[in-house]
Amino acid sequence: MTDLLSKFDPLIAERAALLATGVRDPFAIVMEQVLSPTRAVIAGRETILVGTYNYMGMTFDPDVLQAGKDALDDFGAGTNGSRMLNGTFRDHKDVEDALREFYDMDHAMVFSTGYQANLGMMSALVGKGEYIVLDADSHASIYDGCALGNAEVVRFRHNSVEDLDKRLKRLPEDAGKLVVLEGVYSMLGDIAPLSEMVAVAKRHGAMVLVDEAHSMGFFGPHGRGVYEAEGLEDQVDFIVGTFSKSVGTVGGFVVSNHPKFEVMRMVCRPYIFTASLPPSVVATSATSIRKLMTADAKREQLWANARALHGGLQALGYRLGTETPQSAIIAVILTDQAQAVMVWQAVLESGVYVNLARPPATPSGTFLLRLSVCAEHTAEQIATILDAFGKAGRAAGCID
Amino acid sequence: MTDRAQVLETVTAQIEPFNKKQASLTDATTFAGDLEWDSRTVLDFVAAVEDEFDITITMNMQAEIETVGQLVDAVLKLRR
Repeated sequence: MTDLLSKFDPLIAERAALLATGVRDPFAIVMEQVLSPTRAVIAGRETILVGTYNYMGMTFDPDVLQAGKDALDDFGAGTNGSRMLNGTFRDHKDVEDALREFYDMDHAMVFSTGYQANLGMMSALVGKGEYIVLDADSHASIYDGCALGNAEVVRFRHNSVEDLDKRLKRLPEDAGKLVVLEGVYSMLGDIAPLSEMVAVAKRHGAMVLVDEAHSMGFFGPHGRGVYEAEGLEDQVDFIVGTFSKSVGTVGGFVVSNHPKFEVMRMVCRPYIFTASLPPSVVATSATSIRKLMTADAKREQLWANARALHGGLQALGYRLGTETPQSAIIAVILTDQAQAVMVWQAVLESGVYVNLARPPATPSGTFLLRLSVCAEHTAEQIATILDAFGKAGRAAGCID
Repeated sequence: MTDRAQVLETVTAQIEPFNKKQASLTDATTFAGDLEWDSRTVLDFVAAVEDEFDITITMNMQAEIETVGQLVDAVLKLRR
């Protein structure tokens, strides 16, 4: 018998070698208690969370929690079924209403995760002989959606308007095309030049889908995303989003003004062949989304925190993913795995949790420590985070 | 020189800047195995080939192309 797992031996060996150096396992962190959107207990120690995508700090909002408790009492723990059959309850419709209100769009379709929303759209919307044109740094869910479907897939260089234009120009004029963009790219925290890209896509007759997972809540006047900040509301055909970041729960969605959009419910396999979200999750999500519509003070605080953290890390001498604070993600670029893990662990031991990201998730084989800022981070917490990064970086020799 | 020989020559010249291991290049040379290219290198190289011949090599096709010879055949087909 051939052991099918033996092909993973190099990965097992790499991991064993890393752990043998005595470091904590960066991919086995357990939150023993969660105290607030920005604090948890990890290995018995109170830790500041700066790696959770909880941008708007909604996870402990009292109204959100109450909505979830009520839904548990009234509708039970789970739905036992697909959205298509017995899995659509009152609050699944309500959360779709909340999304239509939030985005001011005609249609909203909720999936069980953001990953599934992208799987569903890529695989069902674009068929054989049609083209998906995507950014090379697209999220895994976009690539996996392409793999699930039958479309021809063409990728362009990350954020290159010129390369997108060149690639579209070479495709058959009459073939269906979908250009897939992300408002904020989650590894480096950089934003897409959406206005130019959407203009190029439209010039070549392509439809446009923008994944706004990492911008919901704090880009644009209503917090709809980078596309709103750039005034592209009538140019973008589909917006994909998630509940697991600013909304503070779990789930994914697509919103659109396309008059035929509802048919997607009948053709997206990742929507049909899986269980719908539990009642408490859609209830907490709906409440959170409606509160985000008017969360102007939180938006402002989040941007202020992002600027403070970005500026502070830059002043310490770190190389960051972006020159300026473009989003709520700040990526510290390190040279290799050993250095990244060393700084990551030292920071954790100072009571600060950040994400460690490595290839293949990262572009160009880089090793990153990724900070995601929360509107609820206090000035004192930001000072603690910067202090931890200062000490850890100097000890590891990556800053002076 | 045949069409195929010409394309092979052009492709070989385009591989050179990415041929860090100085592997010898034949029809049977594999990109992942012999040249040890990562996905970033593949992206840059494919873009160079596409620009040179003004063609689109989709990711679907790239998945099928493992050797230099297969790439040359694909280019010949796409150029038509």
